[in-house]
Amino acid sequence: MAALIPEIAYEETQGGVPQVEGDPQRRRRPRLRYWRGIVLFFAGAYFLIPLYAGLRFSFENDAGQFSLYAVKAIPSQTGFSAAFFLSLRLAAVTTVLTMVLMVPTATYVHLKLPKMRRVLDFVTILPIVIPPIVLILGVLDAAPLWLRASPYLLSLVYVILALPFVYRSLDAGLSAIDLKTLVEASRSLGGKWVGTLWHVILPNLRAAMLSAIVLTIALVLGEFTMASLDLWTTLPVWIYQFSQLDAHIATAVSMLSLLGTWLLLTVIVSVDRSQSRRTRRRTGAL
Amino acid sequence: MTTTQNSSPIVDSFLQDLPVAGAQVELDRLVRVFGQTRALDGFSLTIERGEFVALLGPSGCGKTTALRVLAGFERLDSGRVVVNGQDLARISAQNRDMGMVFQSYSLFPNMSALNNVAYGLRMRKQRARQRRKKAGELLELVGLADQASKYPHQMSGGQQQRVALARALAIEPRVLLLDEPLSALDAKVRAELRDQIRSLQQRLAITTVFVTHDQEEALSMADRVCVMKAGRIEQTATPATLYSRPATAFVAEFVGVSSRVPVERSGDDVLVFGQRCPVREGAETTPRDSIDALLRPEDLAIEVNRDGKGFVTHRSFLGATTRLVVQVGEIPVRVDIRSETAAEIELGNHVNLRVISRDVLVAPRIGNDLSATS
Repeated sequence: MAALIPEIAYEETQGGVPQVEGDPQRRRRPRLRYWRGIVLFFAGAYFLIPLYAGLRFSFENDAGQFSLYAVKAIPSQTGFSAAFFLSLRLAAVTTVLTMVLMVPTATYVHLKLPKMRRVLDFVTILPIVIPPIVLILGVLDAAPLWLRASPYLLSLVYVILALPFVYRSLDAGLSAIDLKTLVEASRSLGGKWVGTLWHVILPNLRAAMLSAIVLTIALVLGEFTMASLDLWTTLPVWIYQFSQLDAHIATAVSMLSLLGTWLLLTVIVSVDRSQSRRTRRRTGAL
Repeated sequence: MTTTQNSSPIVDSFLQDLPVAGAQVELDRLVRVFGQTRALDGFSLTIERGEFVALLGPSGCGKTTALRVLAGFERLDSGRVVVNGQDLARISAQNRDMGMVFQSYSLFPNMSALNNVAYGLRMRKQRARQRRKKAGELLELVGLADQASKYPHQMSGGQQQRVALARALAIEPRVLLLDEPLSALDAKVRAELRDQIRSLQQRLAITTVFVTHDQEEALSMADRVCVMKAGRIEQTATPATLYSRPATAFVAEFVGVSSRVPVERSGDDVLVFGQRCPVREGAETTPRDSIDALLRPEDLAIEVNRDGKGFVTHRSFLGATTRLVVQVGEIPVRVDIRSETAAEIELGNHVNLRVISRDVLVAPRIGNDLSATS
């Protein structure tokens, strides 16, 4: 990390207080530009080279020539549609369950049990510490047969996996508003709890919820271990299985999946930007 | 910014349509304990219909807790809150019909000014057209009709608090609760909004409880001021009485300026600068206590005398009056006199002080703290 910190030329004065030599702006700029360039180059290479390799492979045929056959062939491949729609259904169910569970919980903790925030912080980080394979084997052992027979068992487990990301998003969103005052203002005006949640809290948590939703969807669309052990062919499982038949098509699907996630992230960023612009204007107005 | 309340046909018709506002409020022996702290310790107060009462006191005295108990946001350990004869113990905040304006900006950020004002009416299931009309009238009442479509982040702090006031009034509350609504505003806007709130309250004749730690706000706005300390009432009185006849040393020191002067008993009276003065009724002292007199700057007269026991150390011009600080022994005593008279007195002049009030407030002496207080 030391290499990422811009170096500024210092000299020790008599009193021991470091001072920037000469004009600090002039001194700093060339050094910063230099380091910025190096960092950008390595970060860019780290992310872009695998992407470039994946894209190139997706647009090649077996002879190594440019071809769109892999992309065109995706919809007609056996099992693709079923796997794709199963993943979408799981993503939708997981997202709804997570939001229904976590928005009221996080709101309640912020309002009534602020001391529990640390406990919740710790509890929600556990799914990251516990390996998914342990979690799914435990669940498969304990779940009743009718639930094991349903793909939506995965959604229940994905809710646990999504907790760290969702709770942190919502926690940040709730911390950014004066929740207590808004809720009390609504209640003093006759708002019941559900009305207050619907009309006041949710609209002001839009960006945080959107962020939590996209993270949940990205997690579900990319999860392989649990789906594979539960013997359901979700999109990642299909990609893995199909890659043994046609690696070009499997890679093209991965690239499209990545593109979909990027589009979602773009939506989040644009919503976040509009919110922060409003916040800046508010700060300026006061 | 429009600073006075608007008078227009729309506003006048709105005011005529309002039901007779104002409820009688009775706070009966309220007790609220947080851990080791008794935020309210047997607090009792009756507020008449249409009366404007200010709860005044230092931080932590329980004034906001009392307001929140009345609003239904804080539970009671014991005591009763009665409004118009109805005990509110089992009535939740959303059903109490109390409009509240908060210290921090509490407008809903996702709603325009108009929708903020209409929110309470929406919760009461009023029709959209009806609530838009009423919200528009209320915005006109607070002089912000042209800001109806603005969002909170597009308005200044003063405008936001006026919208919050309109929003609180929209539900035609039985009691209007103001929790330091002016404290986040700059001095000029605060003074303007202060006048506007008082004027509106008088026009609507709505029972109002106003929490503040600013004595100037409390004295200038309220019909009665209730000074609180450690969860209890020290004195409830009109601003004039509170200032001129403080019942306790705490009130004398917290409201306005007082100088503590050590005095000696002489029968039922006390000797202040060698002058015999009657003691004000209700003094919290026993005959054995060492006592101080608490003297307002205007309770004293000053005369230049070469052999005087005090000498002038400071002078502050206050307009019609000038405040002089006279050092008597180790005690600085503040005296307000007419500025023309003060012009004839120089710093360092020896003077004598004379009490001109009809009686003096005395209090047990506190340690060695003999300084003037404000």
